[in-house]
Amino acid sequence: MNPPDYEYLRKLLKDHSGLDLSADKQYLIESRLLPLSRKCGVSGIGELVQKMRGGSSLIIAQVVEAMTTNETFFFRDRVPFEHFRDTIMPEMLKARAGRKSIRIWCAAGSTGQEPYSLAMSLKEMGAALAGWRVEIIATDLSTEVLEKSKSGIYSQFEVQRGLPIQLLVKYFKQNGELWQINPELRAMVQHRQLNLLHDFSQLGVFDILFCRNVLIYFDQDTKISIFGRLAKAMEGDGFLVLGAAETVVGLTDVFKPFPDRRGLYRPSGARAASPQAATSMPKIAAMAGR
Amino acid sequence: MKTCLVVDDSSIVRKIARRILEEMDFQITEAEDGEQALEACKDAMPDAVLLDWNMPVMDGYEFLGNLRRLPGGDVPKVVFCTTENGMDHISRALHAGANEYIMKPFDKDIVAAKFQEVGLVALPEQSSI
Repeated sequence: MNPPDYEYLRKLLKDHSGLDLSADKQYLIESRLLPLSRKCGVSGIGELVQKMRGGSSLIIAQVVEAMTTNETFFFRDRVPFEHFRDTIMPEMLKARAGRKSIRIWCAAGSTGQEPYSLAMSLKEMGAALAGWRVEIIATDLSTEVLEKSKSGIYSQFEVQRGLPIQLLVKYFKQNGELWQINPELRAMVQHRQLNLLHDFSQLGVFDILFCRNVLIYFDQDTKISIFGRLAKAMEGDGFLVLGAAETVVGLTDVFKPFPDRRGLYRPSGARAASPQAATSMPKIAAMAGR
Repeated sequence: MKTCLVVDDSSIVRKIARRILEEMDFQITEAEDGEQALEACKDAMPDAVLLDWNMPVMDGYEFLGNLRRLPGGDVPKVVFCTTENGMDHISRALHAGANEYIMKPFDKDIVAAKFQEVGLVALPEQSSI
């Protein structure tokens, strides 16, 4: 890929989705956009970019979608789901014993593996949740992946990544080479299209927020601003789960790490600083840049 | 080093499985059918068995039943690896004491995921992005 095309794609993705690609992500662009080029009937990424420069909004939308869709699988990284079962839910069952309702948000729900993993975890808790109302809201930038999530249909390959065979047998129905998650579990998850760069206050307030492997794509100021708005969308005693390679440390003090639980955070009660204020503090900026 | 017995009547499948599992630091022995596999287990009980279903002489399902009745035969983690991809077969296998189930075709990621699932290999520190 030639450097001007790469720069063009970087800027366009930044403007449209906040996706912040570093200079060494050519491989990522190629792996995502070569299949799209074929789908669009053009010879390669060069020609794809040419059409984008020509103003094809359809192709631009597809490029943004292809680049921002994450690879995902059931119970990805496992540890966050152990935290969910062993730390988050026991605390929430105590803290919400009065109202008996819990709201969960998967902020990068993608093709559904994460929200359905949570739904299966909840089902596995059985009687402990009898009489409780648990809402799972899955949001994603991409309408295409949300459609797949809604359908709950997965390939044989997808159901073999991270999903214990006992859970496959228990919660899926086979249809030839495809596997569909049970209607009861599908009904536990609501889907909404959402760009995290835009206002999401209409979603309401959540007790538990899974926001894994999505903020990595944003630049620092955007991350700080999103963390600030996420904190406002959460109950004061709620839980935030980030991806294994992500942290709030050095970026914002609106969340604080939960002791001895990697990737788990709680609102600190601090008010969100504006991005300008954060970048004017050299020490914090330097730490965050590491 | 953990040991894995690879049981499949196809030498090509055994070769692919061996390559994947050796990369995961397993020491491999091979068997071409259930009977050979049972003999191998009587000699030395492996930590893991990667098991095909359809084989001549003794199939994987019958082998599993026999293995679980051997002294110490409850120890090995048994992961089926078969083209029998129907829910009925999977249920039967689990009922007979299989720990995991791989539907062919398989690749390195699936084998690694399933071996992690039954605790034969550690989880990676963190996932790639």
